Amino acid sequence: MTKYVIKRILLMFLTLFIIMTLSFILIKLLPLPAVREMGRDVNLIYAKREKMGYNKPLMVQYFLFWKSIITEGDWGVGEQMYQSLSVGSVLLQKLPYTIMVNLYSILIAIPLGLVFGIYAALKKNKWQDHMISTLVIVFISVPSYVYAFIVQYVFCYKLGWFSLTLESLDGAALFSWKMFTSMMPAIMALGFGVVAGLARYTRAELSEVLTGDYMLLARTKGLTKAQAISRHAMRNAMVVILPMIIGEFIGILGGSMIIENIFAIPGVGNLFIASINVRDYNFFMALTMFYTFISLASGIVIDLSYGLIDPRIRMGSKK
Amino acid sequence: MNNEQFKSIPAEKFEFAQKDKKIYDKRLETKPIGYFMDAWLRFRKNKSAVVAFVLIMLLVVFAIVVPFVSHFTVNFRDPYYKMVLPKLPVLENAGFWDGCSKTKETKAGYDYLNAIGQETGRTVVRKVYDSYVDSTGSTYYDLRVDSYSKVGYTFATLDKDQYEALQAYQDETGIQVIYPMPATHKTNFVMGNGGANFWYKLADENSTTSGAAVYDDDGSYIPNYLTSESETAADYHSLRIAGDDGGEDGSTWAVYAVKNQSGYKARVDYYEYFYYNNGFYPSFYFGTNVYGQDIFTCLAAGARLSFLLAVFVSLINFTIGTIYGAIEGYYGGTVDIVMERISDVLYSMPFIVVATLFQLHLASKVGVLVSLLFAFVLTGWVGMASRVRMQFYRFKGHEYVLAARTLGARDRRLILKHILPNSLGTIITGSVLAIPGVIFSESMLSYLHIINLETSSLTSIGTMLSNGQGYLSTYPHIILFPALFISILEISFNLFGNGLRDAFNPSLRGADS
Repeated sequence: MTKYVIKRILLMFLTLFIIMTLSFILIKLLPLPAVREMGRDVNLIYAKREKMGYNKPLMVQYFLFWKSIITEGDWGVGEQMYQSLSVGSVLLQKLPYTIMVNLYSILIAIPLGLVFGIYAALKKNKWQDHMISTLVIVFISVPSYVYAFIVQYVFCYKLGWFSLTLESLDGAALFSWKMFTSMMPAIMALGFGVVAGLARYTRAELSEVLTGDYMLLARTKGLTKAQAISRHAMRNAMVVILPMIIGEFIGILGGSMIIENIFAIPGVGNLFIASINVRDYNFFMALTMFYTFISLASGIVIDLSYGLIDPRIRMGSKK
Repeated sequence: MNNEQFKSIPAEKFEFAQKDKKIYDKRLETKPIGYFMDAWLRFRKNKSAVVAFVLIMLLVVFAIVVPFVSHFTVNFRDPYYKMVLPKLPVLENAGFWDGCSKTKETKAGYDYLNAIGQETGRTVVRKVYDSYVDSTGSTYYDLRVDSYSKVGYTFATLDKDQYEALQAYQDETGIQVIYPMPATHKTNFVMGNGGANFWYKLADENSTTSGAAVYDDDGSYIPNYLTSESETAADYHSLRIAGDDGGEDGSTWAVYAVKNQSGYKARVDYYEYFYYNNGFYPSFYFGTNVYGQDIFTCLAAGARLSFLLAVFVSLINFTIGTIYGAIEGYYGGTVDIVMERISDVLYSMPFIVVATLFQLHLASKVGVLVSLLFAFVLTGWVGMASRVRMQFYRFKGHEYVLAARTLGARDRRLILKHILPNSLGTIITGSVLAIPGVIFSESMLSYLHIINLETSSLTSIGTMLSNGQGYLSTYPHIILFPALFISILEISFNLFGNGLRDAFNPSLRGADS
């Protein structure tokens, strides 16, 4: 197991390294955008460019780039946006918003998804199951931005329950109730897909488990249906469902760019889109690595969690 | 049990069934059911998948046919029919989908709309729901207003030939397009197409006027036309409105156009003027957007672009993925490890990054669309390859493959004839299910303005969505139709894909019957 974990992590870093190198080269091949002097002191940016060897050969730049990341954890400064601010600090400042919105969203969505999935599995092939399954297909298929529009139109305009976009930063503290309600439209728009996905998954798993012989045995030895389901069926179904939930929890770091864009959440996704639109390559580079790392790490954690949840599963073993 | 009674049958009771003829196996009377036939039989039973397939076909037909038969093109931008509501001509009086909406107007607004209706002869205010006086003493009306008739009149700048041609058209058809110019109001209160709709007297003419009309004794509007005393009046020799005889009895007459530097400025009934210019009366099935583009046509054009892109991507990924996965899976070992690392790297790169880098590097050289295609192709085949690889791992150790190899079959034959057919179902399902993914990604990227597919003759669903986002509260129809389209498309493709997957899954054979 340990060997497998180490192997996976080493492979992850190899992949990360290759992607970073590729991105670095591809970005450096682009023409360097001029620093926009919007009445600010941009000497720091020029000094930084000098330090990073922007007028030296590509190999030297690549070396200096790595050196500053490893020795100082420095990913450069904002050149086109957040001028002269360190990329890392801006990222850290944006991260809480992305995390909060996504965390609220999955905290609400996961119980709902589980409940719908379990209910559908227990009522398999009855009208309740057909209704839930049909709705699940619809909700899985419809793109998240369509939910965003529906939520905006119905809840923000027609009913007027929520403000259209997020409260301004100084208007409310991050953990306040006001902030929560103003995040509500985004939370809803994000949640539909999660609920549907989890419900489908849970239904499929649980209904398969319910047909198992040990369920019959459990009932035969005198457990009530509720006992048999909660003690035997759910526990076995969870082996597959729980990794998915863990995956969702890691995914909250990445969030959804399009939802952040629509609801003007000052999060990481919006930062990434802005960096692309204004061609700020320092931000672009750092965020590319951020997203790549999250997707790779979540893959590993999900894989390993199978083994942790159910010791019978040995990851990486030959048989 | 009963076998006892047959225990002793005398030998002479036996006789040959066929003594002279040879015995043949009975000929198979039913047709053999092949792999695809079997899949089709099971797919047919899946009602929702069949319905989904029909829906997809309808959407494809919509995307292909509409740009050819529509009156409009993506280029078409009407300067006045902006954000008009969806209208089907057959539902003209049905009360829905008729280009009307409920609005709240002040007294001045109510006068304005009624005046247009009165002069053009087309109802603008379809219905007055309610009128009430609020706490400040202002009167408000809840009205059902026709967004097409509401446009009313505009000023058209014409050169001499155009001006004469328009008059000749009027004489020929008897349809009046040019209407008398309104006298300039002395107020700053000029709304409604540059004042072209203010043909009636206002209650007061100062800069703070409310814009309400003043009525004569019968309660109707008092015309306020520019009269023959104006120095810039242009010659006019065509249809005139009732009550204007063109000055034959020596009185003043209304002026229908004025001269300016570039030619003539005439006041035209825009509904008829639209017909004069385009040859049909305006009715936009899905309404128009903020640029005055027909959403119906734009949607079809955007859908066509999406479908084309998706099918191309799917075909290319199908080819690359199958070849790559087959080589990986068949040869295994070092080849597999190296190739897996390559696809690992490509798979781990966020798609948005790939798309962005391709845009930045290639868009100026090969065009936006081609560089987007490259981005999709670069990473899109990885999923397909890994599925094919799995299938190869499953089947390459089977005895029949071993037998074929022993008989001297070469690698190519083993791959193409013996192992690949096993993964056909997976490949086909994967290719179909890739299509909605591509359409979604494309719409998302163009929505976020990371790729810009909007040119004069090109549009995409994502662009349409982002154009409409600012008007979600007031004109939701701009977003409604593209969003509805893409939702139906995604749902149908998912159902269709699920149906295909079940149909191609041999382990489900007979499970449902």
